[in-house]
Parts: sequence; structure tokens; C-alpha cells
Amino acid sequence: MAVLTINGKRHDASVDPETPLLWVLRDTLGMTGTKYGCGIAQCGACTVHIDGVPVRSCSLPVSAVGEGKITTIEGLADNGKLHKIQQAWIENDVPQCGYCQSGMIMAAAALLAEKPNPTDTDIDEAMTNICRCGTYQQVRAAIHAAAKA
Amino acid sequence: MNAIASMDRRSFLVGSTAGVFSLGFAIPFARAQGAAGAVREINAWVVIHPDDKVVIRIARSEMGQGTLTGLAQLVAEELECDWSKVSTEFPTPGQNVARNRVWRNFSTGGSRGIRESHEYVRQGGAAARMMLVAAAAKRWGVAEAECTAANSVVTHGASGRKLGFGALAADAATMEPPKEIRLKDVKDWKVAGKGVKRLDTAPKVDGTLVYGIDLRFPGMLTATIRDCPVQGGKLKSFDAAKVEKMPGVRKVVAVDGTGVAVIADGYWQAHKALEALPVEWDMGPGGKTSSATIDAMLTEGLTAENVFIGTKIGDAKAAIAGAAKVVEAVYSYPYQNHATMEPMNATAVWTADRCEVWCPTQNGEAALAAAAEAAELPVAKCDVHKAFLGGGFGRRGRSDYVRQAVLIAKQMPGTPVKLIWSREEDMMHCAFHPVTKCKMTGAFDAAGKLVGLHMRISGQSILASLAPQGLQNGMDPVVFQGLNGGGAEGQFGYDVPNLLVDHAMRNTHILAGFWRGVNLNHNAIYVESFMDELARAAGEDPLAFRRKYLKPKHRAVLDAACERAGYGKAAPGIFHGVAQIMGFGSYVAACAEVSVKDGKLKIHRIVAATDPGTVVNPAQIERQVAGSFVYGLSAALYGECTVKDGAIEQTNFDTYPVLHMDEMPKVEAVLVPSGGFWGGVGEPTIGVAAPAVLNAIYAATGKRIRSLPLSKHDLRSA
Repeated sequence: MAVLTINGKRHDASVDPETPLLWVLRDTLGMTGTKYGCGIAQCGACTVHIDGVPVRSCSLPVSAVGEGKITTIEGLADNGKLHKIQQAWIENDVPQCGYCQSGMIMAAAALLAEKPNPTDTDIDEAMTNICRCGTYQQVRAAIHAAAKA
Repeated sequence: MNAIASMDRRSFLVGSTAGVFSLGFAIPFARAQGAAGAVREINAWVVIHPDDKVVIRIARSEMGQGTLTGLAQLVAEELECDWSKVSTEFPTPGQNVARNRVWRNFSTGGSRGIRESHEYVRQGGAAARMMLVAAAAKRWGVAEAECTAANSVVTHGASGRKLGFGALAADAATMEPPKEIRLKDVKDWKVAGKGVKRLDTAPKVDGTLVYGIDLRFPGMLTATIRDCPVQGGKLKSFDAAKVEKMPGVRKVVAVDGTGVAVIADGYWQAHKALEALPVEWDMGPGGKTSSATIDAMLTEGLTAENVFIGTKIGDAKAAIAGAAKVVEAVYSYPYQNHATMEPMNATAVWTADRCEVWCPTQNGEAALAAAAEAAELPVAKCDVHKAFLGGGFGRRGRSDYVRQAVLIAKQMPGTPVKLIWSREEDMMHCAFHPVTKCKMTGAFDAAGKLVGLHMRISGQSILASLAPQGLQNGMDPVVFQGLNGGGAEGQFGYDVPNLLVDHAMRNTHILAGFWRGVNLNHNAIYVESFMDELARAAGEDPLAFRRKYLKPKHRAVLDAACERAGYGKAAPGIFHGVAQIMGFGSYVAACAEVSVKDGKLKIHRIVAATDPGTVVNPAQIERQVAGSFVYGLSAALYGECTVKDGAIEQTNFDTYPVLHMDEMPKVEAVLVPSGGFWGGVGEPTIGVAAPAVLNAIYAATGKRIRSLPLSKHDLRSA
């Protein structure tokens, strides 16, 4: 039994401790905003925060989460008020297919928490998520816009 | 986002008795003639709610390309509705069949979503508007000509009376559809032609958009599959007993004689069991093939006699034989995987009487046909519910994963089963970007004029792989994208008096498929790299050389890109490369700015011009253009699938890298619509991405790259 704190709420999940956090979120708890892309921590579609740090949940056994507080895309808004990154994403019309965007947004939110005014180099270093539609240019613009918001 | 809401609304319950499930959507959405105040379908394209909300039906799939928003703009423009009240929904392919294909084609590929349907969707919006106006005129007892519609309100000019669309919808739905419809002139557009924001963004930023892979139904199980690693091979045997007792595993099943799937409570359990499952394969004749054997076969095709002729103007061979100077070069292009971010998946429920499928698909009707065939049920007893796609790029025009999902669900009657492919399965089993080689031969006369060009393509045919019924006496016309002697789809841009483009078809067991940009991708590389080589051989500037031979529209779009980029005025250490092509009905060109330092390439900026004839949403075109460089440069820099013992060797993003944020150049899109035609925009720009950069690399280093990916080449100076 894994006891997890996700988006401020306690969840009990009866799963094999080796199960990646991603599949506990998606299959056991029904939180499908976090996406499966590669399963080997390459693409970042599965990015969540654990204690504010971006983590690729496809490669993290649920047993390794411990007491860490998990935030997923579903929990990024604060009582219905979108995070400024989400707001910037809407204003800049960022997503195309949108599948990678949960992970992009979680990575960007973590970046802004650490560096409120990131440079392009900071963005390049932090944003290693893969987007196949090619939204990188809008992602960069939206991060800069959110930093100014 | 009405489409998502409607998916929830249609979610079904699995009955407690085996095989019984009720479908909330079994009745095609109401051509509702119920009580006043109900939601009204005015016609197939337009539904109006009593509160003035407008639902526009979108037949084409949305995979990120923005067609959903563009098509809605076109309908809304003619409907004269308030854009802020618009949402969309996808009719199902089954409903299309049941209603005599009222929504026509569902297929979403070839950058055809808008250019193929703009007329009839606008007519749908216009017809609905005319019925609303007629309803108002009837109610007021005035002539229709005295009434106008704007912003979701019909107004009687003389009396100033007004009625909202919501109040008129019930009456309008009973009006006779108009027989004559006049569409607005493009110059009068208010919503179409504008860079309005996408309609589907909000649920993409908070995790609420339900992609196919996210579907959840009560009692649903999850399956994952391993198909024979070599395409065309067979499943010999598997030892289910070894994994059946693993946690969560429900069943291990053979699929189609070529694969084996584990059905379990969740994906991870299915995945672990499939990994542990002993399987034996019969790899079949393809098992002896390798990249080297394919390359040898293609090389032979470069000089073969028996070929298909795509374009022939004058006598290129004679011109070459009599030339003062001949230039020759051989290029090649590898297999590539689409690598959509969302791996292939489909969810199916099968009973002896009905089969329902939910899936991301670019071709809903083909998916329905595949489902019905696999279900062994009539089409009328099946339906496909289209989810938003986590990327398509041509991959999801095929329905292989739909067939598999149904064949698996059939072995669990009455239970919804969601099939999810692992990334590894996805990487090894697609219809790949075709592999080709190309020998280019150019001939100059004594005056230094380009008088002859022979382009010999040797390689795979997509139609031979996926749609052999489309071959014309054996020839695959799609091979010649961008190289056609005439026509509105992809005309060769250069006036060369003697031109020959021919194709030695060389197929392998590996399926070739439609991959965003399709054959235009390599054709543009071959033509535009070689034009650079010819310019250099003639001692001329690559832009000036091209301009001498380019047809007017091709030249205009190249000029537009080069003017904005400041061609020829690059800063020290920065070098320009250019390329142009026509494809998917549009003219495109790019000017790339690169530097190469210690062998390391940096792409600083790309200016890309597009003449799509008509612009429906400039903001979304700009995004398609920028995205085309991510896709095209991923292919150019890294994209290669190699073959060993008949199987694709690259299995995930670690061995199949793609472009990341830090490599993304600044892309500036210049739109130069010349009017009078409708071209596609999702794909053509990919064609110029690689050659513009390769030509800039030559300018920077003197190294001519003739094979991809670029990562195989050393750009350091010798």
C-alpha cells in the first residue's frame, strides 16, 4: 500500500511498490493529465513535481516517493485560479496537439519557482521536454510572458 | 470544448449481465424535433442551443494542426454568428454512414482538411444562416430580403425588430434548406482570415482534455501488444502459463497471427507480463534484410532501365549527352518514424451484436471499416468515436492499432479493453517515411545556361505499401510530389527546357507510409540541394541562379523569404542558405541563417514564406510553419531508422533523438497569399527546412551533405 499526498490530498494506492508513479496516477487514481510518452525519462510528458522539484514520473517507482508531496497538472491551479504559467499558455495560444503540454507546463512552473526571471539559456537548460508538433517557440514566449506577469 | 463534454456524455455503462452494454450515443445526435427550447440541429454542420450557444460539427480530425478552429471559423463566417458562442463537436463515422455521408470525407491528411472542404462547410454555415433568416421573416411576416443576420442576431431593417439565433433555432430547423447559396467574398470576412485563438486550448493546459489513451470506462481492462519485430513475420508460439499468474493479468491472447497481447487490470501489469512472456517468432523472408541490403537495392535503381516516368519535358537525356558541362550528385534519405507523442492506442468493446471503438484517428471512416472487418459485423453495427490526437503526422491515417484493439476486445466479449502500445512497439511498427536515393544530373550549354535536368529517384512507394489500388499501371504518382510538370498540387518550380523525373520503384518488407510532408520532404532536399550545386558549378549566387529559372509564384515566395531575411547581408560568421518548393497546393520558401564553429552547427534564424492562396487563420499558419521546422529539422539533424535482421533498430527517443528547445531556431513566418486558390499549410514547409539549412552549411563550411541525418557527418573543417 502506497500512501501518497497528491495536490494536497491523501491517496492510498494498493499497488506493487515497483510500479512507476505515472501508472499509479493514471491507472490507479484516474489522474490522466500526466502523460505517458516514452517510459524512459526522455520526453518529459510525465513530469510532475515532488516537493516542488520536476520529476519524470514514468521512471520513478512509487515506493521512492516516500513522504514527498506530489503536484500534478490537475493540482497546479490554486482553487480554480490558473497558475500564471497556465494563463500565459492560454494567452500565447501555445499548445498544438497538447499531449506534451502537461509536462511542459509542469517543467516551466518549476523553472519559474526557482528562477522568476529566466534567461533564454535558463529556459534551454530547464525545458528538455520533447514536443513533436513544434511549439518550442511559443513555449519560450509564454515562459517569458509568465515571468513578467 | 464541447467535443470533450460530449465524450463524457456518451460514456457508456457496462451491464452486469455479460455482454450487455448500453450506449448513450446510440441515437445519432438528434435531428431533434422535440419541444420548444430544445437544442436544434439546423443542418449537419450547425446546432444552436436556446441560449444562443452554437455548436459547429467538425468532420476532420484535430491533431494539433488547428483545422478544428479553422473549419469552425469558415462555418461561423457564413453563419454570421457570435464567435464567442462557438464550440465544436465531432460527428462519428457511423453517423456519417447512417446519414448518407452528409459530412463527406473524414480523412485528415495531405494538408487537405481545409482546402478540400472549405466550400461545402461554408455552404453549411450559409444555409443555416439563410434558414434562420427565413424563420425570422416568417415570424414577422416580412420578406426574407428585408432581414439580415449578424453576430447571432437576425434584424428586420425597416422595423428594427431583432431575434437571436437561439430563439429562432426551433423554427429554422423546420425550414426548407436553400437551393441557391452565395458565399461571401474573402475580402468581406470578419472571423475567417483572422488570427483568432484556437478553440481547444483551455483543456490542454490543465490536464482535462481526454486523449484516446486517457479513456476510462467502468470495468475497463488494459492490453499491451508485441507484434512480430519483423514486419510480415508471424507469431509462432508463446507460453502464457509463464505469466498468467502475475498480478493483475487477465488473459494472454494471440492477435491476427502476428502478435501477442497481455490483457490486465492496468498498463503496468500488462507491460511487465508482456516483457516476461516467452515468445517465438517466424521472422519470415524480411528477416534477412538490413540497411546495407536496402542501400544496395536502391543504388542499383539509380541506373536501372525499367522505370516509371513522372515528368518529361523535352529530351533531358539528349541534352545531357550534348552538354558543354554536366554536374552529377547522388543523395539519400533514410527511414523515419513519425514518433507521435501519444503512442498508438484504441479502446474497443465487442459483443456478438455490436462493436464500439474510441480512438485517436486521422481517418475515422477507415477506422470504422477496420473495426467492422475485425469485429466481423456489419458497419451499421459498429461505430468509432474520435478522440483528440496526441499527434498524427500521417501515422494515424492507418488503422492497424484499431484492428488489433477490436481483435483483442473480441476475446473479452462485453468488456471494454484499452490497447496501449509501448513506445518501443510504436517505434518498431509504423509505416515509415520511405527510404529513397536520388541521382541528379544537370546539363549546361556552352553559354552556361541550364538546359537539361534528370532526376532519378530510386526507392520505396507508399502506395505500393498501403494502397496498391492507387497505383496507376504500377506507377505511384505520389512519388513525384513537388516535381509535377503542371497542376495545382505540387508543380516543379524551375523552367528547364529538358526535364526528366523518373522512379525506379524498389520496395522492401518494411512498410512505407505517409509521414508529415510525405515525398515532398526528400524531393525538396534533392532538388534544392542540387540547385545549389548547379549554382556553385555555374559560379553564380544560389539565389540569383534560382531566380533565373523559377516560375513567377515560386520566385515570389522565395523573394519574400529572402527579403525579410536580408539575404546576402549576413553578419560575419553567419551564412545563408535558401530553398523553395511547391507542395500540398502551396508555395513555400525558406532562408536559413547558420554558423558552424568547431564543427558545431547553430541555426540562428529561419525566415519562411508561404503563399497558400487563401489564409484562414494567420496565427495558426505561423504555428504550423514554426512546427514544420521542428519536425523537418528533427528529421534532418537526427532522424534515421536503421534495419538489422529485418527489424527497426531504434526503439525509443534515446536512439531516435529529436529536436529539443535549445536547438530551436527563431522562426519568422511571412505570409504572402496571392489569392484565388486554397493551399495546405500543415506540411509543405517541412520540405524546405532541411535543404535551406544544408545549403547554409555548405556556405559556411564548403561541405555538401548529401545523406541524412546530419548527425552522421563531421562538420569540422578538414
